[in-house]
Amino acid sequence: MRLTCPVCGDRDRREFTYLGHETYLHRPPAGAPAEAWDAYLHLRDNPAGLTRELWHHGSGCGAWLLVERDTVTHDILSVRLAREDTA
Amino acid sequence: MRFSALEIIKQGLIGNTGWRPHWRSPQPKSEYDILIIGGGGHGLATAYYLAREHGLSNIAVLEKGYLGGGNVGRNTTIVRANYGMPGNSEFYSHSLKLWEGLEQELNYNAMMSQRGIYNLFHSDGQRDAYARRGNTMITQGDDAELLDRDAVRKRLPYLDHDNARFPVLGALYHGRGGTARHDAVAWGFARSADQRGVDLIQTCEVTGIDIDKGRVTGVQTTRGAIRAKTVGIVVAGRSSQVAAMAGLRLPIESHILQAFVTEGLKPCIDTVVTFGMGHFYISQSDKGGLVFGGDLDFYASYAARGNLPMAEHVMEAGMALMPMIGQARVLRSWGGIMDMTPDGSPIIDKTPIEGLYLNAGWCYGGFKAVPGSGYSFAHLLATGTHHAPAARFRLDRFARGDVIDEEATGSQHNLH
Repeated sequence: MRLTCPVCGDRDRREFTYLGHETYLHRPPAGAPAEAWDAYLHLRDNPAGLTRELWHHGSGCGAWLLVERDTVTHDILSVRLAREDTA
Repeated sequence: MRFSALEIIKQGLIGNTGWRPHWRSPQPKSEYDILIIGGGGHGLATAYYLAREHGLSNIAVLEKGYLGGGNVGRNTTIVRANYGMPGNSEFYSHSLKLWEGLEQELNYNAMMSQRGIYNLFHSDGQRDAYARRGNTMITQGDDAELLDRDAVRKRLPYLDHDNARFPVLGALYHGRGGTARHDAVAWGFARSADQRGVDLIQTCEVTGIDIDKGRVTGVQTTRGAIRAKTVGIVVAGRSSQVAAMAGLRLPIESHILQAFVTEGLKPCIDTVVTFGMGHFYISQSDKGGLVFGGDLDFYASYAARGNLPMAEHVMEAGMALMPMIGQARVLRSWGGIMDMTPDGSPIIDKTPIEGLYLNAGWCYGGFKAVPGSGYSFAHLLATGTHHAPAARFRLDRFARGDVIDEEATGSQHNLH
């Protein structure tokens, strides 16, 4: 598996660390009810197929990446900077 | 047919023409008392204990593929009760006790081999942690022995004891741990459940769960609709998909875990050894292959196959620990789909839908749990109450903050 970092280009999977589903981009505001934190921290759609998730390019530019990937085939569909999504 | 030495002799005399299939292949009926979705180790054990412990037999196990074709047929076959946290400790203790009587009970050779497990430690801090864990195991009524470096050197002479980075300082030894023949465990439970009247229905995929006014009424399958007032979901890595049919969203992310086996070798490793400085565990099968594994690949996956980086990592860990295996050729590798929870512990519980129950989230550790999980889930399905050793495996424990985080790694699914 290889990922194309928008900053560094095509790189080996070993340079990247997986954090989890893009749910992690949507942190509940302070004071949100416990259910919102449960959903944020624990509950997942866990799709068999297309998913969007956060990877960290720790052995490269250090950017957080939003990766569109297929969990059945391991195909990478797109890689973008996560900050573009949260801006 | 009861298996025995006499039966083998008898069959030998008649040219082995009298052996029969181990279970029937019935057509699904239109209604059962209890439906179990998933014909793996846990589902088959659940069906068996429902029949044996609770006298129920109007039960069907629905399996989309073939019996035992999932994770129970693709693991590293280790059986143990060396957990430290309340919740896990009593559960795995109960499960190991069930393992110990299983073959006689099922009249099936599961090749249960209590060859002992060595959890090696390589630092003072790790020694302290294992000493504490060993005391917890003894308090629970299980066996544990803390071995110093000389004892380990004597018992496992083939390790790289004086490795410059990871010297072996000792081990926590769990003598009642060991291995079992994984497929045979599934087959043994299947055969015994079938003999007690349970219908094992293969190539029958559940495509929908019928719910009426908050109560489960049956399921839709590729072989037609089947009604039941009690339905148990026991589908490991596919838990999220099946639960979604009932509108549920689970605290689970599915990950790939690889394992490896070498060509058959002369006997050389007569126990189970785990490396304390890299996730690596190894035993030798009765056929001679070295069976070993390591960590998840760490990214969500349903592919049932892994990538090279983790394969390399596992090989490197193995070479750091026991260089003698370096010339063994890897015969094959495979991957299982692990249902990872945010605390690394499983779920055996009711769901918000009446009559619908969930057994999931076994993470890396489903195989050793097979009898205990089946026993406790059967208790829950039959009585509607939690079986004491599994009473903490609640679905809502994450929302309540009452997690069982054995490795203290936090709420990230892949870190357990």
